[in-house]
Amino acid sequence: MNALKKTAGFIWIVLALATVIFMFYRANLEIGLAVQSGKADEILNQRMFWFIVIPIFTPIMAGLGLFGWYAWKGEYRQ
Amino acid sequence: MPTSVENTAPERGLMQVILASSVGTLIEWYDFYIYGAMSVIIAGQFFPTENPTAGFLATLATFAAGFIVRPFGALVFGRLGDLIGRKYTFLLTLLLMGGSTFAIGLVPGYASIGMWAPFIILVLRLLQGLALGGEYGGAATYVAEHAPAGRRGYFTAYIQTTATLGFFLSLGVILITRKVLGVSVFDEWGWRVPFLVSIFLIGISVYIRLRMAESPLFAKIKKEGKVSSNPLKESFAKKDNLKMVLLALFGAVMGQGVVWYTGQFYAQTFIERTLGVEFEQTRYLLCIAILAATPFFLVFGAWSDKIGRKPIMLAGMLLAVLTYRPIYKAMQDLVATDVTETSRYESSSKSMLSSGDILIIKTLWENNVNGTVVKTDSKHTIFANASTPSKTETSRVVWLSPAAFWMMTFFVFLQILYVTMVYGPIAAFLVELFPTRIRYTSMSLPYHIGNGIFGGLTPYIATRLVTESKNLTPDGNTDPYFGLWYPIVIAAVCFVIGLLYLPNKIKEDWSD
Repeated sequence: MNALKKTAGFIWIVLALATVIFMFYRANLEIGLAVQSGKADEILNQRMFWFIVIPIFTPIMAGLGLFGWYAWKGEYRQ
Repeated sequence: MPTSVENTAPERGLMQVILASSVGTLIEWYDFYIYGAMSVIIAGQFFPTENPTAGFLATLATFAAGFIVRPFGALVFGRLGDLIGRKYTFLLTLLLMGGSTFAIGLVPGYASIGMWAPFIILVLRLLQGLALGGEYGGAATYVAEHAPAGRRGYFTAYIQTTATLGFFLSLGVILITRKVLGVSVFDEWGWRVPFLVSIFLIGISVYIRLRMAESPLFAKIKKEGKVSSNPLKESFAKKDNLKMVLLALFGAVMGQGVVWYTGQFYAQTFIERTLGVEFEQTRYLLCIAILAATPFFLVFGAWSDKIGRKPIMLAGMLLAVLTYRPIYKAMQDLVATDVTETSRYESSSKSMLSSGDILIIKTLWENNVNGTVVKTDSKHTIFANASTPSKTETSRVVWLSPAAFWMMTFFVFLQILYVTMVYGPIAAFLVELFPTRIRYTSMSLPYHIGNGIFGGLTPYIATRLVTESKNLTPDGNTDPYFGLWYPIVIAAVCFVIGLLYLPNKIKEDWSD
């Protein structure tokens, strides 16, 4: 069980990194598409959504990465 | 010697402690929810759509209070609670919440004071979020520190019922006020009544709380000079405690938050907006489901004293992950109208607007064999300016048949039952994870990140996922169940983390 906890720690680090990369990728893509469409309300909606989501979830994902790091280092061993 | 023994309050005294704490917390939840429950009316009064700045403030008022300010309130008041004590801190949060709510009921509308109106509402909403961030941790800690070892799950479960009952109370007060005053008066000024009523509720609660004594465990460490001098540093800068904060967040509260908000808020959004069920019917079925499910908070809280917090919370998450999609599919099937209607009535009106535009309204009533009644309004506008293309807006309202109403109530009940499984034992789980000297601070932050951010964002992200799903379906239509992937994925990750890392030991000894 301790080995599984440790290995899973690596997964949480990867998951945290992947989530942050995914958020920036989607934000860039969706805001870009909105700008291309030229619709003001669409641009505002997209910017508003990512303006809320990215600053909130990025530090939380840093926390998930730290949790994974602790798990990897065996801090949650029984 | 275990401190739990010496701090056990007699059963009668303990029930008074629970009552005093629960009433205040319930009123705080009520105050917080009436804003959300009347967001459409509030938007009309304070945030006119034609003003983009007001629209921006509306979004901030809706989200900032729940997501940014709640964890911040947890830090501010958690620290205070660990420094000066539980009693005075959550008395302060109560006054802050009550004052802000009452003030919202007094603010003149946008039509009277212009941009000041949305700005004042935003500030008051932020104060509400701040107060809520400090309240829950204090109430849960206060009750747990009075409860005997081996029964903390049961006694703290009373505090857990308050969020759901606060939601119920807000729905009830709104429905009654609307019934008594009538819809047009309610929309004009009657919506202020539920906000103003709050001052009486807060007055009663402050009176009760002033008569309460300090938590015995906190009083003990204060007497011994063991109170933390810097709770924030001890909670989040020391690895031994920080790793437990992270475990609480990612292994329990994150999943609990999304299950809670899906069962109680996304279900409402789905029934009302996606399925088009009528306003009052939606609220009645929610009220019935909430009332029927609420006793299960106590059942699962008490059960967690016997078998541990972990299996019950994780079972609730797993059930949610496995059954959300079938449940929502079944809810959608209840409003299916591909049945032969028994009668069909269509009316039409045509009017010339002052702008010279022509408005044609067609209303279609369908009485279906299964008892469901559907009203479809189609508003077709032909603009005076010939170069502007005409516009058609369609809205649909569904009145469920009695059988479908009860089935819908059952499906909401099921979701709230999952809420009781994940939420009933979680206060006891959180308070047992941290030492007395930094308990208020340490448990409040993960709780409000899990509920405020992961949970509170559920309706927003799920609705957006549904909108975005049109890019993924072959026919370009939206997938109404696509939004469920957000709570499902979060709850699934939380389930795995909880399964691997959470201890299932009930802490009997509270000596730090």
